[in-house]
Amino acid sequence: MRGRPAARRLRLGFTDFRIEGAVAVVGLAIIWQIASYFFPPFLFPPLPAIATRFADIFAATGPIGDAAATFARILAGLAGAFLLGALLAFLMGRSERFYRYAFPLLNFDQGIPALSWVVISIIWFKGIEFRIFFIIVMTTLPAFSFQVLDAYRSMSKDLLEMTLSFRPRKLDLLRVLVLPTVVPGILTAWKVNLGNASRVAVVAELVGATGGIGYELLQQQQLFDMAGAIAWTLVLVCFVLVVQRLLTLLETWMLRYRPASERSL
Amino acid sequence: MSAASEIVFDHVGKIFERAGEPELEAIRDLSFSVKRGELVIILGKTGCGKSTTFNLLSGLLRPSSGSVRVQGHDPFAEFEWFRGKISIVFQNDRLMPWRTAIENVALGLELNKMPRTERLDLAESWLKRLGLDGHAKDYPHALSGGMRQRVSIARAFAVRPDILLCDEPFSALDEVTGNALRSELVELLRETQATSIFITHSIEEALRLGSRVLVFERPARIAYEASLDPSMNQATREGVRADILRVLAGELAA
Repeated sequence: MRGRPAARRLRLGFTDFRIEGAVAVVGLAIIWQIASYFFPPFLFPPLPAIATRFADIFAATGPIGDAAATFARILAGLAGAFLLGALLAFLMGRSERFYRYAFPLLNFDQGIPALSWVVISIIWFKGIEFRIFFIIVMTTLPAFSFQVLDAYRSMSKDLLEMTLSFRPRKLDLLRVLVLPTVVPGILTAWKVNLGNASRVAVVAELVGATGGIGYELLQQQQLFDMAGAIAWTLVLVCFVLVVQRLLTLLETWMLRYRPASERSL
Repeated sequence: MSAASEIVFDHVGKIFERAGEPELEAIRDLSFSVKRGELVIILGKTGCGKSTTFNLLSGLLRPSSGSVRVQGHDPFAEFEWFRGKISIVFQNDRLMPWRTAIENVALGLELNKMPRTERLDLAESWLKRLGLDGHAKDYPHALSGGMRQRVSIARAFAVRPDILLCDEPFSALDEVTGNALRSELVELLRETQATSIFITHSIEEALRLGSRVLVFERPARIAYEASLDPSMNQATREGVRADILRVLAGELAA
């Protein structure tokens, strides 16, 4: 690091590891390709076969529609969980009594495996879309609620008193103080839940849908088509990475007021 | 209590109930009034109830007994009536870290529903007035302690309050910055004619700023009161200083 500008050191500290990331991915690809020379294609298909299947997905409208359906389900489920979770967090933050009832339920929910929700939703609901929405909401709800509640409770008493000294209306208080305070917690919750929701959505589609990435993975399993399975998995991974990147950009912009130290921890 | 009194504390008591611990009496039978345009200094040692008095005055707390009236209204029960009428300069700057300097100054104006362009123009003029020209777009973390406190003073004055409450606003600053800001604040108070209550630990600050000084003992009640006429000669001023010291020392011994 000697001789490098401090800002460059900081960026390389934690956030900017594009070179290392690329090296790791290329390394994994090389190992996979070598493995493909020693194992049959249904175990380790060669990289060109995976690339061809990946390109095929984007060459026809049917597969693109499947991918888009999964993306829409993930985002709709997350949005539903976020709205409900934020509402619960706000009510828990405002009322100790409500907190005492809601907290154990959310804690209980946190312990229920995603697969249990899949089974329950299949038994309870007829509509496929609602089933998947329900499963994503129930599995990501506790994390949204707890993250937003933590952020709400960490609100500075000093800033609250200062804002109250100007006698704001309730909605104004929410807008000028509460929302900016909970934004970092909300963004963290979205980033954490995105990966969870994508895994849960695929599992839900695997057992209960007639379209989507989970459904396509099931088709590849039945055909013993490992290249197709990897290609569909990569589509989902790409989606998660793109949304994570967008969330990071949004976070950087929304939290631009935070001071940056020239020395990383 | 005179009819021209802007602030009236009438036999006010405040007791805090604490779970599993004996209750805490912060204020006992406190009575005083402040006339329009007057600058009253409250002096007392830490924990004597000065800040509780302030919170009662600003409507953040409700008295356990007695009554608090500001311009004839109850600051706790009629909380919203005071919108735009009372401002506070706190001990620490309490700037919102996600707002730029100009947005922090404009906060009270925004909550008073002043149109955006108008409030930003006004906020900018206050920043200029307090020597922060060129720092309007800076976030608080980029400002020094003195600059941040200037922003908080600008925020308090920008709403043109009838009543200004100052809670040891210079105690966290170095002496040079504190002295400079003190002079600016006095000038602003003189200009705006706001009725002011100023809490401080410093006898020097009290004698320099106030038109009247109230010394609190614990639990908050008035142990000593003196008018501070600007034409007062040095000997009389020294007499007041000695009296205050004596009261504070007695309180200390107690």
